[in-house]
Amino acid sequence: MAEVEETLKRIQTHKGVIGTIVVNAEGIPIRTTLDNSTTVQYAGLLHQLTMKARSTVRDIDPQNDLTFLRIRSKKHEIMVAPGRSGSSPLVVQWHQSTCVFFLG
Amino acid sequence: MPVAHKTGTVKSKQGSNAQSQKAPAAKTVKAASKKKDEEDGTETGEGDEWMQGKTLIKPLDQLDLTEAELKEEFTRILTANNPHAPQNIVRYSFKERSYKPISSVDQLAVHFVLEGNLLHQDSDEARRQRAKQGLPEEKDTVETAVAEKPETPAAGGEDAGDVEEGGGEERADSVESKAGKKEQKITNQFNFSERASQTLNNPLRERGCQTEPPPRANFSATANQWEIYDVYLEVLQKQEKNKEKAKAVPKKDDDKGKKKMMLVETQSDDITKVAKVAKIIERMVNQNTFDDIAQDFKYFEDASDEYREQEGTLLPLWKFQYDKAKRLSVTALCWNESYKDLFAVGLGSYDFTKQGRGMLVFYSLKNSTFPEYIYPTTSGILCLDIHKHLPYLVAVGFYDGCVAVYNLKEETLQPIYKSTAKSGKHTDPVWQVKWQKDDMDNNHNFFSVSSDGRVVSWTLVKNELVFTDIIKLSLEGAVSEGPEGVQLPIMACGTSFDFHKQIDYLFLVGTEEGKIHKCSKAYSSQFLETYNAHNMAVDAVKWNHFHTKVFISCSSDWTVKIWDHTIKTPMFTFDLNASVGDVAWSPYSSTVFAAVTTDGKVHTFDLSINKYEAICQQPVVAKKKTKLTHIEFNPVYPIIIVGDDRGYVTSLKLSPNLRKKPKEKKGQELPKGPEVEIAKMEKLLSLLREPENSNA
Repeated sequence: MAEVEETLKRIQTHKGVIGTIVVNAEGIPIRTTLDNSTTVQYAGLLHQLTMKARSTVRDIDPQNDLTFLRIRSKKHEIMVAPGRSGSSPLVVQWHQSTCVFFLG
Repeated sequence: MPVAHKTGTVKSKQGSNAQSQKAPAAKTVKAASKKKDEEDGTETGEGDEWMQGKTLIKPLDQLDLTEAELKEEFTRILTANNPHAPQNIVRYSFKERSYKPISSVDQLAVHFVLEGNLLHQDSDEARRQRAKQGLPEEKDTVETAVAEKPETPAAGGEDAGDVEEGGGEERADSVESKAGKKEQKITNQFNFSERASQTLNNPLRERGCQTEPPPRANFSATANQWEIYDVYLEVLQKQEKNKEKAKAVPKKDDDKGKKKMMLVETQSDDITKVAKVAKIIERMVNQNTFDDIAQDFKYFEDASDEYREQEGTLLPLWKFQYDKAKRLSVTALCWNESYKDLFAVGLGSYDFTKQGRGMLVFYSLKNSTFPEYIYPTTSGILCLDIHKHLPYLVAVGFYDGCVAVYNLKEETLQPIYKSTAKSGKHTDPVWQVKWQKDDMDNNHNFFSVSSDGRVVSWTLVKNELVFTDIIKLSLEGAVSEGPEGVQLPIMACGTSFDFHKQIDYLFLVGTEEGKIHKCSKAYSSQFLETYNAHNMAVDAVKWNHFHTKVFISCSSDWTVKIWDHTIKTPMFTFDLNASVGDVAWSPYSSTVFAAVTTDGKVHTFDLSINKYEAICQQPVVAKKKTKLTHIEFNPVYPIIIVGDDRGYVTSLKLSPNLRKKPKEKKGQELPKGPEVEIAKMEKLLSLLREPENSNA
């Protein structure tokens, strides 16, 4: 447990990471370093996208699974990593913008 | 009696009336009327002649019945059935392939059908008719009334008088309405009263009941290919578990253990999921930070090598460091055979005065900021080896003489096996450990060499480490006087060893005195051969990966020597101007090797290109005071890792010149494989041997 906390802390303090959000299986953020409204917004939007992405990957080959998802835009990059199947994704937003760490 | 008489007479009158009306009718009626007459007559007669007695007049064709039969009562049931309707109609049923009687037969009897000719009042025909009929409207009513009269006797012959008339009226009304004319009801001029009455309407009461609605829950799901696949997998697993349970006898302890496991899982459900994902994210983040290094690692090939003839360069890639290991020096490096990006770093100290704790740390190339596994130890580590086939077993040798085996799969930070004073641990620092093939009982075993002069084999038997002294390194000729005058052989201090790649029992041991002994596992007291290799302690001795006869040794006396184990003198000697910490053969070529020195330089040699000089001499660490302690080639990727005495591990990429494969003449296929390498080396050696032979 402590290891995980440490890892999260390391990620948060890493250069370029703006924020991290951890979201559980129902899509409710359980930990965040950003403000509430942003958190909720990110959590809601990205949850659906990750589910869709994962569904796509698995539809093509059921033995495959989504490892992570990077969304690079002009201003930032959002990194999402889903948890075990059924649970919600992990998102890290990165690079000179809000870093959203979305975890599930 | 008079009343009765009257009724009788009235009846008779009526009867006679009926008779008179029916006179023109059929004769059969006459018979009936006659009977009536007679009945009437008997009735009237009853009043007068009752006292006189009855005189029955039998008709001639009357049935003769016995008294009993006369008394028999015939019950007449009035039903609504149609006497003419068939009672058993049968239809063929194709389903049952037989004739089946119909369950109910139609009892409808049609007595009278009149096909009317109705016209819609707004249609053309109707209008035309109305126009025609507009004048003779009154005539119509009279006509209908007249038409009624002959009908009424036919239809209502048996009715009573009042009813007859009322019925007649009603029928007249209905006929009129049938004709389609809306006119006022023509009521009876004489005797008509319109009186409406309403029955008592019972008050309506609504009564309802409602049951409790069944509990409802909303359920939604998707049925994708992968969801179906997941379900199948689950079912499979359950089946397998059931099979196992059926086979194995369930032990109580196991069950308890399982329960505990289950509890732990549910509690730390969230966190464990997070753990795995957090790791992925950390690696992603690192990939972003060190993006250029990752790209270099994968794709960069130094183009300037083409212009540099034979020399090559080392491109620095990642640098691995761990905060808590800053004061320790890297004492051992080992790549993992199965996971090509994972390597182990042993941390401790070479300094006799600065002995303290140590650390065993595992790094992955994917994450250079933080180690994957960390094991703190009480004593400094001096050597380590990862098992070739079981990537989670690591053997470690300590400065205090212990050896330990760690299992990376275990959650604990303690080794699974550790040698103690009782179980034959070394009395001096352990300089090298190496895993061997499993012995005949399929137990894992490894060897260790130490300064106390013993080469010991350790076997992992169940929960114990069992040791066997393989050989004791004794100094030739040197004997010391022990207490009580016993002569004790002085032990040499083993500082390094290496096992032959193909010949299992053959191994080399380097000692602190500078000698290298060729030994066999079979002989425990004698060496096969001894080479006077160096003037100082032999730091490393390594067999060539390809050529079975060649090995290399390095020492603090600034030299690196290459030997053929059949010849007592070295084939090649290189002077590197500084104490050489470690030397390693490359896994891809039999003629390439690299050495690190205490002045922070990495020397790379390729004997097929240049037999006398290094093709690359490069300082690797920034500060000149850092000494490089160990070097290892990655078995797959063209990178090397170099450890220094500050606890840093630097990874470097070999430029193409350092990785040259022998050029073949055009037209010939490039022969690949170890034979080529062996041939290459052999060629070199033969060149050396020839001049020697010629000299001799």
